[in-house]
Amino acid sequence: MSGELKLSRRAFAGGLAGVVLSRRASAQGFAGLGETETGFAPVVPGKAFSFPADHGAHPDFRIEWWYLTANLVDTKGNACGLQWTLFRQAMQPSPQREGWANQQVWMGHAAVTRAHTHRFAEVFARGGVGQAGVEAKPFAAWIDAWVMKGSEQTRDAALAPVELKAAGPDFSYALTLEADRPVVLQGEAGFSRKSERGQASYYYSQPFFRARGSLTLDDKPVEVTGKAWMDREWSSQPLASDQTGWDWFALHLSSGDKLMLYRLRQSDGHDYPFGNWIFEDGRTRQISGADIQLKPKTPIEIAGRKLPVEWQIAIPSFGLSIACKPLNAHAWNGTGFSYWEGPISFDGSHTGVGYLEMTGY
Amino acid sequence: MQLATLLIGLISATALWSGVQAINQQARNAYDRAAATFGGTRTAVLVDRNGATFSQSIFVNLRRAGWPVSPVLEGRVQVGGRSFRLLGVEPVTLPPQVGNAPSIVRGALQSFITPPGETLVARETLSDLHLAEGTSPLTSNGTPLPPLRVQPELVPDVLVVDIGIAQHILNKAGELSHLLVGKAQGKPAPLESVVGDKLRLVQPNAETELDRLTDSFHLNLTAFGLLSFFVGLFIVNSAIGLAFEQRLPMLRTLRACGASARLLNTVLVIELVTLALVAGVAGLVCGYFIAASLLPDVAASLRGLYGAQIPGQLVLRAEWWFAGIAISVLGALAAAATSLVKALRLPVLAAAQAYAWHEAQQRWLIFQGAVALAVFGVALALLVYGNSLIAGFGLLATLMLGAALILPAILEIILKLGQRTARRPLAAWFWADSRQQLSGLSLALMALLLALAVNVGVSTMVETFSRTFVTWLNGRLSADVYISASDNAQAIAIRNWLRQRPEVLAILAGARAETHVANQPIELLGLPDHPLYRERWPLLQSAPDAWKRLLPGEAAFISEQLSRRLNLGVGDRIAIPAPGGDWTLDIAGIYADYGNPKGQLAVNIAALIRRFPDTPQTRLGLIVAPDQVPPLIAALRQQFGLDDRSVADQARVKAESLRIFNRTFAVTAALNTFTLAVAGIALLTSLLTLANSRLPQLAPLWAIGVTRPRLAAIELLKTVSVALLTALLALPLGLLVAWCLVAIVNVKAFGWRLPFHVFPLQLFELLVVAMAASLVAALLPVVRLARMQPANLVRIFANER
Repeated sequence: MSGELKLSRRAFAGGLAGVVLSRRASAQGFAGLGETETGFAPVVPGKAFSFPADHGAHPDFRIEWWYLTANLVDTKGNACGLQWTLFRQAMQPSPQREGWANQQVWMGHAAVTRAHTHRFAEVFARGGVGQAGVEAKPFAAWIDAWVMKGSEQTRDAALAPVELKAAGPDFSYALTLEADRPVVLQGEAGFSRKSERGQASYYYSQPFFRARGSLTLDDKPVEVTGKAWMDREWSSQPLASDQTGWDWFALHLSSGDKLMLYRLRQSDGHDYPFGNWIFEDGRTRQISGADIQLKPKTPIEIAGRKLPVEWQIAIPSFGLSIACKPLNAHAWNGTGFSYWEGPISFDGSHTGVGYLEMTGY
Repeated sequence: MQLATLLIGLISATALWSGVQAINQQARNAYDRAAATFGGTRTAVLVDRNGATFSQSIFVNLRRAGWPVSPVLEGRVQVGGRSFRLLGVEPVTLPPQVGNAPSIVRGALQSFITPPGETLVARETLSDLHLAEGTSPLTSNGTPLPPLRVQPELVPDVLVVDIGIAQHILNKAGELSHLLVGKAQGKPAPLESVVGDKLRLVQPNAETELDRLTDSFHLNLTAFGLLSFFVGLFIVNSAIGLAFEQRLPMLRTLRACGASARLLNTVLVIELVTLALVAGVAGLVCGYFIAASLLPDVAASLRGLYGAQIPGQLVLRAEWWFAGIAISVLGALAAAATSLVKALRLPVLAAAQAYAWHEAQQRWLIFQGAVALAVFGVALALLVYGNSLIAGFGLLATLMLGAALILPAILEIILKLGQRTARRPLAAWFWADSRQQLSGLSLALMALLLALAVNVGVSTMVETFSRTFVTWLNGRLSADVYISASDNAQAIAIRNWLRQRPEVLAILAGARAETHVANQPIELLGLPDHPLYRERWPLLQSAPDAWKRLLPGEAAFISEQLSRRLNLGVGDRIAIPAPGGDWTLDIAGIYADYGNPKGQLAVNIAALIRRFPDTPQTRLGLIVAPDQVPPLIAALRQQFGLDDRSVADQARVKAESLRIFNRTFAVTAALNTFTLAVAGIALLTSLLTLANSRLPQLAPLWAIGVTRPRLAAIELLKTVSVALLTALLALPLGLLVAWCLVAIVNVKAFGWRLPFHVFPLQLFELLVVAMAASLVAALLPVVRLARMQPANLVRIFANER
């Protein structure tokens, strides 16, 4: 199933759209992400973001996600990474129906990556009955026993502190996430354009999380600390129908700056690269596609596909030239809707760690 | 001729065996389908302690505590006058190991869960309803079902809809009947910390009630198949024996000419394997037709007996074909083994040594008799110590095997006694020769004995069963008209309407509730207090004033099956969980409840409704003057739109029930006929073999002046009398088999014991049929003997002696 589906990123695109719309997926970009949005709320420039309301769900839009990745080290200094993701997809436009008739379907992915292991899990839920959902205040995003939850102390502007928990058959983790800077709006004040033809999403991030907690693999718990990055994005049609996948970087530079980069691959071979430099103080500067050089190195075979797990990245206007390497080249999420998602490190003009996601291979 | 018998033997052996196997396989697949229907009994489930429905908030709480549960709501709906099991499932959380819903998860999720949704049905259900895919039938209370869509993996008579839709149709918003438990992602919190003591975890049952029942049926069929196969092999054995007998001179000549024994044997084996392959394929084709023609009856049997649904269509697997051919070849080789060994060791210049043979036979008979006694010992042990179904069948098997093994010894003793009484030389020769003939005939006689015994046993059981059943049915169906209303409101309306009708002499309400005792579902049957019930209800045992004690709701009657299962008798007490707390009941009687796999308790209906207030009171029985029944039913149909299934007159219900039960045993009866036929063929081929090999013994008699017709008559008399002896021995054995079936196997398999009746007329009939079969079988070789040219006899006399 995953073979024909070539899933997408943060698109739970990959996930739910795949479940629901797999028959049409191949014709419409990957996993239905490129389908038209008739009846769903449109994404238009100039939206005024409001928190905590926008931390919550936007059921009038077709898809939405809460996407957290963390680069951590344990007490012995070993690097590891984890992922916690909640996807929402509406099968039909509003009005929202009550109870089991509700049209929302939810999907959760959780993963833990160490140098030689990668564990992942996947869960599904229907909306309307309380098995999964997101509340804005006090913040709580949950599916089954997996939660990302705020408290009375949670500051709306920073979405911190929050607790994070998930468990798979052979792993579990519990982290506390703290941040002292507000969330960062991506794109043009949160309007993130995904193609020249107007496809776009609302997109903000909290790249400044500091994480602390414990990670348990095979019943052996270890204490971990590190950095985490959360992406929030919602849309009704984030991709053009000829965009086949993406490569997405969330980089924590050792200087304290953050860098978000992605490249949308089109079926005609042209890419749509985009970037955003987030300074240590929270200011951002968008980086145009012409200024970004994203060069995949020789792909290696993973799960029967060819994936470029090492990259050469250059942004001349920022004097950046780095080589990225994965912590574990086999960070493949073989979920129903599969993709590569794992921690990376880089050196060159800048050093640091981050997360890479590759979909549609 | 020998080719034909060889082929007939192999074909009938393979055909019966593979036919039975095909039916078994088909039925097993059907149970797997049924058992896997969205959990069935092979998935762990959480249920309410009181068997009631519970709020879906418990589902959400459990999920959020890490429990991998999926909600299910179950109920019954009537569509087009038929009752269906409505299953509401939640495809997104359905555990993958529950399987069975692939097309839900692969792409059709949206149409299944978003309005109007879909009703998944088996193809059989669609044709039962005479509806096309995509139509939305109305349930009996006017709610439309979502459009029907075929899902081939489903069992018939189940409608599967989304959980939310099921809640709407069953009018149980926010309610669930159980939770399927899948594989946990992490470590879930303890159950009690989430739901207190409201829910109970029921571990998957590796072997369910249904499995055990149907297994017994299949064991039965397999035993028949195996028996037929062995009888078939007897035929092959005698056919090959015949072939060797006829070829012996040729083989001797070939050996004398210098052909090695190894070469001869290789050629013989190749020939045999080729024949076995041909016969195997032919047998498989016949087996297919046997299976295809019996399958509807098997399906009906299982549906009637256990409520197990089996599609009436035969699907065969490649393994079946290979297994069938392999067993044909192996069977042929096994049957030929002794003859082949004989050919291998054949002395180049051997002469018939009848008397030496006889000496060997004595030792062989003693040895075989000893084995038979040992087998009887095992049977006795099984009878005394065995208490499982397998032990019951084991007892049957050992009994029959022991009887077959000891048969030649018994015949030998009888013939020996006969020989002592003989005065004239010809009579002495008659007895002695019969004894000598014994070992050659014994395989065929054993086959005849087994076939007859099984026939006697099974037909006695079937006859017993149907008599008991008719009496019982008369007691159980005592009202004249039965009505099943679609809901309580309609039942009340019908009742009010009936009160105005003068021809209705009494209205007897009935109700059923379900609960659990010792982790097993049991039914509670509400009985009205009416003289008719007191007179006719089939109580097997009862306390004094049993019916009076039922009235206040302190006592119950227990079904025979349940009483055996729980080991409870009259005077014991039973506590059953009820919505308002446990209900303790004295057991005042035990009644027969044939054909019901569930345990049952009968209580007074008013008491039942007091204790189980949610019980639908939709069943009514009416006492009506017989000539008024048809107009009343017509009026009821007119007034309330009741269909055939909702209103029935007793005569029809009785006829329908009888039909189901008759079909139940149609399969057994058909197989019975097959076995008898095969035994007849075995006897025929054995006699043909013997007839040829015995000519050298008969030729001297002719030479000393016994005429051919006289010889033939003696031969005929001898064969028929040996067959008669066998048949007479088969009768007690058959009755013993019947007793085992009725008193041991039935109790183990079904939980009820049938009264044991002997039907002498039937036994006599069978005896006549058996004698006719052996007469026909014996006649052919005897006629050949009578017509044989004297020259032939002279030649044989000269050559062999």
